[in-house]
Amino acid sequence: METRELICINCPLGCSLTVTMENGAVKKVEGNTCKKGEAYGTKEVTNPTRIVTSSVRVTGGTLPVVSVKTASDIPKGKIYDCAKALKTVAVNAPVHIGDVVLKNVCGTGVDMIATKNIPAVSK
Amino acid sequence: MQYDLIIIGGGPAGLAAAVSAKKEGVENILILERDRELGGILNQCIHNGFGLHTFKEELTGPEYAWRFIQQVEELQIPYKLHTMVLDIRDGENGKTVMAMNREDGLMMLTARAVILAMGCRERPRGALNIPGYRPAGIYTAGTAQRLVNMEGYMPGREVVILGSGDIGLIMARRMTLEGAKVKVVAELMPFSGGLQRNIVQCLDDFDIPLKLSHTVIDIQGKERVTGITLAEVDENRKPIPGTEEFYACDTLLLSCGLIPENELSGKIGVELSRITSGPVVNESLETNVPGVFACGNVLHVHDLVDYVSEEAARAGACAAAYIRGEKEKEDTKEIPVFAVDGVRYTVPQTIRPACMEDTLTLRFRVGAVYRDCYVSVYLGDRRIWHKKKRKLAPGEMEQVVLKKSDLTDRESFDKITVKVEEA
Amino acid sequence: MKYDVVIIGAGVVGSAVARELSRYDLKTAVLEREEDVCCGTSKANSAIVHAGFDAEPGSMKARMNVRGSKMMEALSKELDFPYKKNGSLVLCFHETDIPKLEALKTRGEENGVEGLRIVTGEEIHKLEPNISHDVKALLYAPTGGIVCPFKLTIALAENASVNGVDFFLNTEVKAVRKLEKGGYEIETDRECYETACVVNAAGVYADVFNNMVSKRKLSITPRKGEYCLLDKKAGNFVSHTVFQLPTKMGKGVLITPTVHGNLLVGPTADDIEDKEGIQTTARGLGKVASLARVSAADVPLHMVITSFAGLRATEKDEDFVLGEAEDAEGFFNAAGIESPGLSSAPAIGEYLAELAAERLQAKKKENFISTREDIPNVAQASPEEIAELIKKDPAYGNVICRCETVTEGEIINAIRRPLGARSLDGVKRRTRAGMGRCQSGFCAPRTMEILARELHMDPLELTKAGKGSKLLTGVIKEDETGITETF
Repeated sequence: METRELICINCPLGCSLTVTMENGAVKKVEGNTCKKGEAYGTKEVTNPTRIVTSSVRVTGGTLPVVSVKTASDIPKGKIYDCAKALKTVAVNAPVHIGDVVLKNVCGTGVDMIATKNIPAVSK
Repeated sequence: MQYDLIIIGGGPAGLAAAVSAKKEGVENILILERDRELGGILNQCIHNGFGLHTFKEELTGPEYAWRFIQQVEELQIPYKLHTMVLDIRDGENGKTVMAMNREDGLMMLTARAVILAMGCRERPRGALNIPGYRPAGIYTAGTAQRLVNMEGYMPGREVVILGSGDIGLIMARRMTLEGAKVKVVAELMPFSGGLQRNIVQCLDDFDIPLKLSHTVIDIQGKERVTGITLAEVDENRKPIPGTEEFYACDTLLLSCGLIPENELSGKIGVELSRITSGPVVNESLETNVPGVFACGNVLHVHDLVDYVSEEAARAGACAAAYIRGEKEKEDTKEIPVFAVDGVRYTVPQTIRPACMEDTLTLRFRVGAVYRDCYVSVYLGDRRIWHKKKRKLAPGEMEQVVLKKSDLTDRESFDKITVKVEEA
Repeated sequence: MKYDVVIIGAGVVGSAVARELSRYDLKTAVLEREEDVCCGTSKANSAIVHAGFDAEPGSMKARMNVRGSKMMEALSKELDFPYKKNGSLVLCFHETDIPKLEALKTRGEENGVEGLRIVTGEEIHKLEPNISHDVKALLYAPTGGIVCPFKLTIALAENASVNGVDFFLNTEVKAVRKLEKGGYEIETDRECYETACVVNAAGVYADVFNNMVSKRKLSITPRKGEYCLLDKKAGNFVSHTVFQLPTKMGKGVLITPTVHGNLLVGPTADDIEDKEGIQTTARGLGKVASLARVSAADVPLHMVITSFAGLRATEKDEDFVLGEAEDAEGFFNAAGIESPGLSSAPAIGEYLAELAAERLQAKKKENFISTREDIPNVAQASPEEIAELIKKDPAYGNVICRCETVTEGEIINAIRRPLGARSLDGVKRRTRAGMGRCQSGFCAPRTMEILARELHMDPLELTKAGKGSKLLTGVIKEDETGITETF
């Protein structure tokens, strides 16, 4: 039996959660005031995930940088790898919201996509 | 040039106000934006978490802004970029807005109504009176955010952040992911001003310590910051001798509060609240100057952009009604709303029941952390709203929804009071 | 390099001497260790043109102050810098101190200050409604004024430069040596300079250079003064410069409007060891606040937008040391220039330039350009003037600093003019971009872009104030070289 102390992030209440686990499986979540808290506690100890956002340089655009994000959440443990993978990325304008700037980032199966439109500089 | 409506500011508030006014039938609208693109501060807020209320999905700042920019484009609402408003005056033929940019030079524009949507600014080091040298490497979190996210530059490598407002927390993560070392986030108050989610995902995820009840008492470095000294503070926020700790760093980021930017509002005689630093408005988000409306962070600093959009849409609709000549309100009774017992302020600050829509959202903030208490609203001495709250915190905007029927059907009353009550 | 005169220090005094010397047919150089003029005491002081009642009659301070104060108005027109004769008041809080106030008046009259008057009763608060009701009497000096110390110094230096004076910035003097054949050799961290005359205007370091060539040793102690600058919304709190009558407890602090419409409160006066010790302290800022409240309980200190400290160069004999060193022919001191140094600078410039010119038997030039035009000021221009400016150059329509309404045109002008700005602070002192209530939060990235573009600099090399004050440490996504493109 092991326990993890967490603070729920679903709402401003910020409930202090205690998650009890046995052999990697969640036995119980305590301290939550709603179901969302239980779900959060369970996910956070078994498979925590995050959306990663960043920005990369653009060539030939009206602005020098375009913001990007993972199209969906990726394992929390991959955040640094994901940030590192982006270091080799630069894109050419024009860029559109939703354009893939890096496919299958760090083998997560998730693409990194642009979150902003950057028109090309008119010549 | 003559317009029905001029909106000052093309950020989230200005955009939502424009879209709503246009949909309400105002034809001749102009948005004036001082930056190089529409979207305002959202363009540098590249993190996600925007739009859960408005669009039921999690968007990044630029994506959220784009949803509104698209509508402005589709509705063919004209806007001018790189355009600074220098002055607004009230006159017989409406409001005169003096603005300028490179292409048009100095412009004297007139409008029947004006919506103030200029947003807010960050509290700088000087206003915090932090002693020490004045070297390079001291930035507000928002300035650093612009440099990193929009210009692609790193303002520092070893960072201390003062203030746990959301921008500071977000920048702690952002700088970390770009290879900087964020050593500590210090917060003067015994609680964070930021969202719980940001404390977990921006600090805890990266093992960045948060020191509550701490402040910066000295800045070292004659040319570039070389370090800062933190100290714990007592309940009067005074540094406690003996608690000093030195942190070597090249950068100090400040996330110590936002101030509505109302220098322009003053020029046309708009009355400002001493508490919000924003205009005093009625239920229509109209200031004391008829035909001048305010919304977004220029009115009061919001926690979520979704509420800005909602508020701004209402300002747009109310401005439209004003332009249509509705709501002639000369004789209408105007009732003040008092914020007492833990409630710091309300927006709006006055209500004319006759001019209300069916419901009215009254927004407010509390001055301290409260647990297991009630939020109550009184009309005169009669309580019409009493809701249990598990927790209230200064960082979160709260709201109560008033029904027009409650305010118009019953006996008369001369004040509305919003308060926190113990359980 | 050979010069007739080398001036050490490009503060207000060095620049004033340079400008006065540029009237003569002389080869003059100014050596300045910082990246810009006006970087030492000249940039951090009360910005006051003292009427001249404070100094001991017969002292150099008294003589230069009164003369400088009389020169200032005409000079401000000639060189186009902001100056305002707002009048100054010395507050007296105790009946028993009134004789001291009268003594101050007598001393002022002896110094030649005009229009001094003791004010009592109702007139006190007619003059200044917000000051304390404990004020029993005050000394009114109508010739007291306020000036922009940056613009004054920059105007003097620019005009000197236009008239042929060479300015060597980022050039730190390491040694001054008397040469056998006469004249001096000046060693710097860059080149060596040979010169017939030296003007020592090195502020808190003037003793160091004097002591290299003269047996009459000087000793300068930096006296730190801390200040708070308040928002323009507080700028009308007082209209005069409000001093406190010095007592056993100290000289007190002043409250004054600035020529730009802010309110300035300070300074403290603490003798320190470190000639670079310009950090503010919690104790000092606290003292400024508590002393200011003596003059006016409601002084709106919550509107502070920045605080700063400056060092007065206090010589042990407490007077200006002006003129040729007795045992070092051709070595002219402008040492111990503490308050009222800013007020005195034009007079010191005139005095020392005449002495040096006489020593060198120099003649005045015929083609001296006596006037200079400042950068257009959009914030204070009329709508018609703004429209005209934008028509000539659209960059004057692009506002960069929103708090102070400073345009791209003004910033470009500040960079391109003689001795132009090279850093954020250089732009700030010339245009006020970043000087407002947000303290450059919004405009810094945009000013940096303009600086980089105009100076063809890598943005990573941009500084706040030269040397090691770099603003950026790198670019995002650094430390990997293999950039791949995905489109």
